[in-house]
Parts: sequence; C-alpha cells; structure tokens
Amino acid sequence: MARRSPLTLGLAAILAAGLAQAEPVGDAARGDTAFRDCSGCHQIGSGAADGIGPHLNGIFGRRAGAHEGFPYSASMTRAGVDGLTWDFRTLDAYIENPRALVSKTRMSYRGMKDAQARADLIAFLRRFSDNPSNIPEAAPTARGTDHAVAPEILAIQGDPDYGEYLSSECVSCHQVDGSANGIPSITQWPEEDFVVAMHAYKNRLRPHPVMQMMAGRLADEEIAALAAYFKALE
Amino acid sequence: MTLDRRGFLAATVATAASLSAPAVLADGHGKPRVVVIGGGAGGATAARYIARDSKGAIDVTLVEPTRSYFTCFFSNLYIGGFTELDDIGHTYGTLAAKYAINVVHDWAVDVDRSARTVSLAGGAVLPYDKLILSPGIDFVEDAVPGWSLAAQNAMPHAYKAGSQSELLKAQIMAMPQGGRFAMVAPPNPFRCPPGPYERISMVAHVLKQINPTAKILLIDPKEKYSKQALFEEGWDRHYPGMIERLGPDFGGETVSVDPAAMTVDIDGTVEKVDVCNVIPAQQAGRIAHLAGVTDGRWAPVNAADMSSKADPDVHVLGDAAAQGDMPKSGFAANSQAKVCAMAVRGALTGSKVFPAKFTNTCWSLIAPEDGVKVGATYEATEDRIAKVDGFISDTGEDAVTRRATYEESVGWYAGITADMFS
Repeated sequence: MARRSPLTLGLAAILAAGLAQAEPVGDAARGDTAFRDCSGCHQIGSGAADGIGPHLNGIFGRRAGAHEGFPYSASMTRAGVDGLTWDFRTLDAYIENPRALVSKTRMSYRGMKDAQARADLIAFLRRFSDNPSNIPEAAPTARGTDHAVAPEILAIQGDPDYGEYLSSECVSCHQVDGSANGIPSITQWPEEDFVVAMHAYKNRLRPHPVMQMMAGRLADEEIAALAAYFKALE
Repeated sequence: MTLDRRGFLAATVATAASLSAPAVLADGHGKPRVVVIGGGAGGATAARYIARDSKGAIDVTLVEPTRSYFTCFFSNLYIGGFTELDDIGHTYGTLAAKYAINVVHDWAVDVDRSARTVSLAGGAVLPYDKLILSPGIDFVEDAVPGWSLAAQNAMPHAYKAGSQSELLKAQIMAMPQGGRFAMVAPPNPFRCPPGPYERISMVAHVLKQINPTAKILLIDPKEKYSKQALFEEGWDRHYPGMIERLGPDFGGETVSVDPAAMTVDIDGTVEKVDVCNVIPAQQAGRIAHLAGVTDGRWAPVNAADMSSKADPDVHVLGDAAAQGDMPKSGFAANSQAKVCAMAVRGALTGSKVFPAKFTNTCWSLIAPEDGVKVGATYEATEDRIAKVDGFISDTGEDAVTRRATYEESVGWYAGITADMFS
C-alpha cells in the first residue's frame, strides 16, 4: 500500500493560513488498528475497490453519496444533495453515530464512542486523501468534540400537545400524512432519532439551511415535544 | 432533566399574556362565531385550524368569492409551462365536509365593527365575535398612469392568479417572432417580492423555446430587489442578451402606459411593445379599508396575535397586514394564520396560547431545475414582527443543489396547500 505522508500537505496548508502550529488530529498508526472496525466493508489505499461499502480513498472533500457507481441509500444521497461534504467535523460526527448525520444510512455500524479513537481513525483516513480540507492539520478549527446528544436531553419527556402547536411550523412543508415528495416525511420517526437529527441541524452538522434555521431556535424541550408529537401521529 | 407536563407548560406560557378565561359572550347566542374573509393562504389556514382544533366549539364561516381558488404562488410556474393551471386550483369542499366550516361564496362588502357584523353582496349579514380579514391585495388606482382595471385585458397584471394568468400566458405564446415583452414592476411593499423576477425568468424560458429572438424589457421603480444577485446570475447564464432592466436611474420610476396603442412611456421615451404585464402599486384588499382598520395602504397589527391595532376583535393576516419584517408571501400568511388561530381559540374557548413564532421561505425558479430560495424566522416584539435569523441561496451553487431546491419547492407546494385545504 502506498501511503502519502500527511506532513507535506499539512505544512503547506498551515503556512498558507499563516498559523504557527496546529494540533495534530490523532495518531494515524493507532488509527490503522482502529480501521479494523471498518475493513470488513471498506477498502483503502492503492488498488482499493468498492465492496459492501465504498472505498475510502479521497474521502476528504468528497460530497456524501457522490462516489460514482456506488449504490447509496436514498438518505445518504439526499444528505449529499443537501450539501453534506466529508471533512474532519462531519466524518467525526458520522463515525461517532452514523444515524445522527444520515438517518437511514445503510452503514450498519453502531458508532465509535471514544473521541480519541475517532481522531486516530480520521488521521489514518486522511493519509489517503490528496486534498484534505477542514481538518485540524489543515485548518485547526474543529477539533473533535462530543457529537452525542447528552443523555439528559434525550431523557426529556416531550409534551405532544405542545408539539402539536409547534408542528404547525413544520407542516407548511412536511406533510402529516407522511407523503414525501421533494421534502422528506417526518411522521412516526422514533423519538430518539428525531431528537438526534434535530440537534444535528441545530449544531449545523446536518447541512440543510432551512432546517438549520428552524432547529436553531428550538429549545431542547421543544425538540422533545415535536418528537413526541410526530411519533404518535397515525 | 425531566419535566412533568404541567410544570413544563406553566413555564412555557408564563410570558404569554392571553392565557385567560373564555370571553364572556353577552348577547345570548350559542357557540362563539368567527368570520374569516378571504380563502387564501391566510384565511383558509386560519379557518381550518380554528375549526379543526376547536372540535366544534367555535362556529367558523369562511367568505370567499371564488369557488375555485388559484394560488398566486406557483402561478409563474404555470406561465413557464412547469405546471398546469388546474394543478394550482383548489376548492373548499374538504373544509366544509371535514371541519364543518360554513363556506360562503360571496363578496364581503361592509363591516360594522360596533355591531360586529359583516354584510355580503348577496344581502346576508353575518354576526361575529372575532373577525379575521385576509383579503390579499388590491391595486392602487392611477399608480401607473394610463392603466386601470378596465385595461387589464390589454395589459394584464396576472398578480391575482387564475384567468389573468391564463390571459398573460396566451399573449406570450402569441407574440410575433422577435417581438417585445415588457413588465412594469411594482414599488415596495408588494405581494411576493421575488415574484416579478421569477416571472421574468419564466417568460424568458418560454420565449427561449418558441421565440428566441424576442426581447424582454423590465421597467422597475426600485433600486434593488429580492434575490437580485441570484436572478442576474441566472439570466446571464440561461438567457444571455434577452432581458434588459431599466431601474430608477433610467426612468423606471416615471412610467405611463397606453393600453390602446400598446405603448409604454418611460420618462418621455415611448416604446412599442407586444405584451405588457403591468403590476401596479398595491394596498390591502378593499374590505380592510371598508372595515376601517387600515392606516394608509395597509392594516397595522399587533405581532403577538395579528389583531388589528384599531380593534382587538379584528385580526388581519397576510398581504393586507402591516406587521413588520415579514415579506408579503403565501408562506408568511400561512404562518401568521396559525398564530392568529391559536390566539382566537384561546380568547373564545380558553385553550392554551403559546408564544408566537413565524417563519417564511420563498422559492423561485429561474430555469428548469434551477431553483433558489430565501427564508427567515421571526418573533413577535412589542412593535412588530421582527426577523431573528435568515438564509439565502448562494450564487454559483452547483446543479445538484439547484435541482434539489426546485424539488423542495414542489414538496412545499404540496405541503402548504394540504395545510390550507385538506
């Protein structure tokens, strides 16, 4: 396997940005080991081909669901169309909890909870991208943070009556009968999925500008209320 | 953190002023009565939400002259050939059958606010406890010298959808090869800020197919307009050399027309045109003026519940209202209607009232699968509906994003019309 050294690329970007130093993203050697979690489905490096999952060469800067010829889920394709692009921050969130970013992804991976392990894995993946963008060596911005929704937020019991009132904002676009024509259905989602997805919009991890705006002004209780209301719809 | 429902609701409504005992209805009639005038995005939504959520506790009458209502939103797409006229026409049968709304197809011709009655052209008098006015727009007389409603066949406005949209489209289809289409755009504020420019895009799209040497003259009294950078970029890309815009610096403010001669006088320069789409300056629909709730051209309202500043028992929705930062759009009227419906139910039946929230998004189509959007969220403040946050499509977006935006607009159309009529 031919592996490109991240050092040259990283340095060039740092100098371009006029920054004195950047925190390394993680330990690529440890990430190589962590990649065993992925290698059952994903290949990487020279000669890598698509398998159960798409190969991961050049993943940085690639639009989600955009690797030619791979049969992505509708959810992943939509995320890409909405503007989801793989960079440090989005990969970190996706690896941590795939459904938080892409609700109905076909990737049947439960998620990697340990932030350092994810950073190591991303440092490893990064070696196979010619043009990594928005990752700590290139632009030391979004160091891995905890993308999980805090348990106390997930534990909020939503009030479906309040959710019904709040839902009047949603149903100008999302139809309550579950039709999905250009705009996805949000009816009968599992509450946790709903809450996680809305917080991902609120934190601007999910890319859609209307949804970022709508979720951005909803309090935790309001998101819980909406989740309870839409879950219970017939 | 866990909250029990009672504690949570108490916290939520602590700041909402109108959580109060039901209004006392002194004159001895049975159920409280709401009359809604206008069956568009504001009125149909308000009637539907009040009737649905009060579960029979409130009598709702909806007064709308037309039996088949054509939405102004998406009527430009009809002109561009992206939808059929029938697909933007809606009827009121479901509102009557499913929610027991008393749908009256008549014109409201007077409001007596002291007697709390509405008179209809057919002679009926409807008493109300709460009146909701959602009459849309009327044109300001003599706004474009030479043009009047009597001239709307020669020079259509097509800014109330239906037969006017059909007429304008027919005129565009019949233009001579290499002919000239002119639009006189309105001054602010007016219904659907990107509407005239989406229409220019749709006319250009049609002419590009059937009449590629035709020209489009856009005469505009405004310095700037909605989504301007996006439209200009799109016109350069899809319709190069076809569209000329004359802003106020080039006489766009000083325009008169002669419908008999089919000429437009732009600050002294007379231009012969083949089709002339005149969109005059606008004001609240006539019934709002007759009801005495307007101040100048529009009806000022309180942001928290869309009630008239002149009368707490009259609410004004949508294009007719002077409310603050929201644009005059179907989306905005639909959003305001839900806030109003909640407040009206609260006042009449004591149901819960939550703090008002408003949203708007306006999608525009520039060319096939080239959609753009602008939107914002709003809140009620003491003096107006105030913008909180917003976004707009970027110039230079790729084709995938633009197609998704267009598809989203189609989904929105299905969503909002279901929210009004189903």
